[in-house]
Amino acid sequence: MRSRKIEEAIFRGIMIAATLVVLSCSILILATILIKGLPAMNLDMITKTPKGGYYLGKSGGILNAIVGSILLTGGATLVSIFLSLPVALYANVYADKSSKLIAFTRVSLDVLWGVPSIVYGAFGFTIMLFLGLKASLLGGIIAVALLIFPIMSRGMDEVMRMVPKELLNSSYALGATRFETALKVVVRQALPGILSAVLIAFGRGIGDAASVIFTAGFSDRINFSLFEPAATLPLAIFFQLGTPFPEVQERAYASALILTIIVFLISIGSRILIRRYSKHVIK
Amino acid sequence: MKSRRLFKDNLARSIMWFSAIFCILLVILIGFALFQRSRYILAMKSLADLFFLDSWHPLKGEFGFFPFIMGTLWVTCTAVIISVPLSFLTAIYLSEYAPRMIREWAKPAIDLLAGIPSVIYGVWGILVIVPLTKDYIAPFFGRHSSGYTVFAAGVVLAVMIFPVIIHVSIEVFRSVSFELREASWALGATKWQTIKHVVVRKALPGIIAANVLGFSRAFGETMAVLMVAGNVPKAPSSILDPAYPLPALIANNYGEMLSIPLYDSALLMAALVLFIVVLFFSILSRFALVRVERSSE
Repeated sequence: MRSRKIEEAIFRGIMIAATLVVLSCSILILATILIKGLPAMNLDMITKTPKGGYYLGKSGGILNAIVGSILLTGGATLVSIFLSLPVALYANVYADKSSKLIAFTRVSLDVLWGVPSIVYGAFGFTIMLFLGLKASLLGGIIAVALLIFPIMSRGMDEVMRMVPKELLNSSYALGATRFETALKVVVRQALPGILSAVLIAFGRGIGDAASVIFTAGFSDRINFSLFEPAATLPLAIFFQLGTPFPEVQERAYASALILTIIVFLISIGSRILIRRYSKHVIK
Repeated sequence: MKSRRLFKDNLARSIMWFSAIFCILLVILIGFALFQRSRYILAMKSLADLFFLDSWHPLKGEFGFFPFIMGTLWVTCTAVIISVPLSFLTAIYLSEYAPRMIREWAKPAIDLLAGIPSVIYGVWGILVIVPLTKDYIAPFFGRHSSGYTVFAAGVVLAVMIFPVIIHVSIEVFRSVSFELREASWALGATKWQTIKHVVVRKALPGIIAANVLGFSRAFGETMAVLMVAGNVPKAPSSILDPAYPLPALIANNYGEMLSIPLYDSALLMAALVLFIVVLFFSILSRFALVRVERSSE
């Protein structure tokens, strides 16, 4: 009788310890980035582009990478929305519940979700060679769009699945076509979830380095052309860290802090958006 | 008016149908494109040579992937061995024991961990794990090491896959019906006994699926590993040796090596290997999860 209680207590203790280890890892990561990044932070980092000799320790900032990352990931997110929304709507409005096609589509999306980003980089580069593109903003957009499209589609699919069937039926009963129902009922009902899927995908895209390393290239200037190489934050961190100069490495820590803050703002933003747009949802 | 609405509906249906097909085609297309590009090297070398030869000298035309495959396996297995027990226990605690308050704080924290970009994990690895390995862990075993080792990469990857495994495991535990637990408690079992004999047994395929997902995530992770594994093209023989996993090989060399067609083809074959392995594990875990869902309905 007592041994059962002892076993219970021991395992409960081990579990609490495991949970503490996991949670302290997340705190440790954030604390490390904050402690190392904060002293190296200054206004130049986010308002200037790299000047000559920046990677040797001369003045400048990483505005090129911040702008590049936002343009690239923004473009990729936009492309990805136009790919994901039809997939999720087809799966939940048009297709039969027992459709084999949709089952296959969902498995494919799961597979695509798991494909490593370096493979998207290599595949994206193959497409670019095929199209005759050089490393450019457009190339990066293609690779990142492919990377985040399964994440976004699955997210949208999950929330649209939650839309009650009665709601669809009442819309059909009023004479609406499936397309009208999809846009005016399903999208509106699932809007908070759709927005959060979009933001999660954006957050994943902006932090990814392996898919852009040979598709987007790198550039010290800010450029808005689709056919010029673009800098990205993760690669800026990687390159600065790779230099042998401590001053430049410290800037890498500051850049890491900037990227972390951007990712967090997106995560918090998605929570706020969900709350604000929930008012159209029929419960 | 009516026909226009119907026309729109039909047009939308075909566009949406096509995009659903596109998902399936994309999987095939990626596999096909990578295979097409790696055919060049597959025609020149036998698979056995590529996988088991221990010499990587691209300029001399020797492409043995063995050191990189071993590097990937060492790093991934280290990560899984560290991560699986910790994630498993955390998932049980959060889903079965933790008070509401803790659960509500812990879940966003774990989701936060999932959202951190891999390059940040890499920076953390360089700042914390690598010096720790160099100054404390390697000397403890009487070894001299730069700190850039299988161990450092394994720890960083383990932390990266915590959220993947924990998130899926909690979902799986939640799908086990509450009545089942109540029945077990009514028979006089303690909480832990119930978990051990009822909940875990029922959720086992799902738990395995969660861990397989974690494994395949670690398997293909590039940036963080590239930054801390050391990148020495030699098969490691202990966890305090440096390693050079496949994804790091691709990231380090691709693009500049286009001038040597065989090299280019070899790197795309590495990508193909990653793709096939991940494809296999994703489908495996997917089937396990579907089984859990069915049995809990």
